Amino acid sequence: MIRIANGQGFWGDSLEAPVEQVRRGPIDYLTLDYLAEITMSIMQKQRSRDPKAGYARDFVDMIARVLPDLVERRIRVIANAGGVNPAACRDAILEIAKRQGIHVKVATVTGDDIMGRLDDYIARGVALKNMETGEPLSKIRSKVQSANVYFGAFPVAEALGHGAQIVITGRVTDTGLALAPMIHEYGWKLDDWDKLSAGTIAGHSIECGAQSTGGNCQVDWETIPNLADVGYPIIEAEPDGSFVITKHAGTGGRVSVASVKEQLLYEMGDPREYITPDCVADFTTIHLEQCGPDRVRFSGIKGRPATPFYKVSISYSAGYKAIGGLVYAWPDAYKKAKAADRILRQRLDRLGLKFDEIRTEFVGANACHGIAAGEPSPEVEPQLAEVMLRVGVRSSNKEAVTRFTKELAPLALNGPPVVTGFGSGRPSVDEIIAYWPALIPKTEVAPEVSIWQNEN
Amino acid sequence: MAKRKLVELAHARSGDKGDTSNVGIIALKPEYYPILVKEVTAERVKEHFKGVCLGKVERFELPNLGALNFLLHEALDGGGTFALKADPQGKTYSSALLRMEIDVD
Repeated sequence: MIRIANGQGFWGDSLEAPVEQVRRGPIDYLTLDYLAEITMSIMQKQRSRDPKAGYARDFVDMIARVLPDLVERRIRVIANAGGVNPAACRDAILEIAKRQGIHVKVATVTGDDIMGRLDDYIARGVALKNMETGEPLSKIRSKVQSANVYFGAFPVAEALGHGAQIVITGRVTDTGLALAPMIHEYGWKLDDWDKLSAGTIAGHSIECGAQSTGGNCQVDWETIPNLADVGYPIIEAEPDGSFVITKHAGTGGRVSVASVKEQLLYEMGDPREYITPDCVADFTTIHLEQCGPDRVRFSGIKGRPATPFYKVSISYSAGYKAIGGLVYAWPDAYKKAKAADRILRQRLDRLGLKFDEIRTEFVGANACHGIAAGEPSPEVEPQLAEVMLRVGVRSSNKEAVTRFTKELAPLALNGPPVVTGFGSGRPSVDEIIAYWPALIPKTEVAPEVSIWQNEN
Repeated sequence: MAKRKLVELAHARSGDKGDTSNVGIIALKPEYYPILVKEVTAERVKEHFKGVCLGKVERFELPNLGALNFLLHEALDGGGTFALKADPQGKTYSSALLRMEIDVD
């Protein structure tokens, strides 16, 4: 049995979670997911300003804290923290090891960044069509900011095979980070579809950190113990593909069939076809069983052959947006917020400003659930303690969006009464980085694994 | 026949893929699953999210988990970074669906 821990559900997750995973109990592998779809474009911008940037700096700070523990406990780390600059991330890690007088072997998995090859692909007829709309990439080619292929678990497993203690990747699937140690330790083959699917589902069950161990869990949420010290998930993986999901003893949270089912359904498409670079996993074959306190066992998982494609994550510039708000207080808070919205729109009209969309929501009335919540009842409505008017605009015209941000604050003095902006000032104008999902034949790209070590 | 709110029979989680929201609902007891299968149809979910979900609704069954998964297409104002919504990833659509009233014998 090997223990594979998740210490990070997204870039911006708890800084303490990976440290706790290392120090509060036994694990063999620590996996960390830093890359959301939007993350690569942010990192691309950082690198364009500084050739040594463009990766998850949090990861380097974390390694600096725990490197002696990792070596002492023989824990190996797998993280897609490399972003668009795995080499710089690797150098930062090697520098830390050198400073701490620790010898460490670091691997990078690269080759996922295809930004420099897009024109060549398009010229050769690899259209990189948008999976949702069917449009070819040529339509937005000049606006593309980053383009990365999602690699799977096998190149990571190869890096582990070379003895790497820390594997830094670019765009590798979240599930691949956890599947790789199973492939490496148990010698699973490229066509062991059931086992690869089991490992993929193991990866999915921990990839969002504490969301499978009691965080964001709806069942009896008030009775979930000590979320302040919530334990992050750990997979105990067996060679046959079965596994148990658990957390360190003494930590807060709860691992139950209910908490695990909620995570399984998160971001689910067709449950019979969970497609990764490694396999097609079938979520309708999962058998779950509570096999002890804070322990849920998975078995029976089946899968099918992988497809001949990799998914590509392309980000592109798609105009500008700004979102701002004002808070109206009792009495008739909702009525006042609605009146302010009408006045604001009249003023935007008079200024001749054109937007692709203006969207108004009333936070405190029904912003989250919309029509499912319906309108507040006639008895409740005038009594609402406060309602926030939240207005957003989107346009390719940056000046129009900027002008909009200057029209909200005046309403505090020249609109309906009893209003506060909560002192947040004018809203910021943000460039929209949109996401273009596409497929590319696996024959068009190859992952590159390289091994590095410091001299200590 | 009695009307009951889905929140008494199921729990849920929702997420996003681009402009598509996924809402998974899970029976709180095994005997509730057939009720969910019968009552919570794709058509009813589309009606429940009228004006929010502008595209089609697809339903998938996971009897092994006592769960149904719904895909709500064109439900996130373009999705992700594009959307102007307070909840651009549909994180709260889970409990929005649990507001639905269904008939129970």
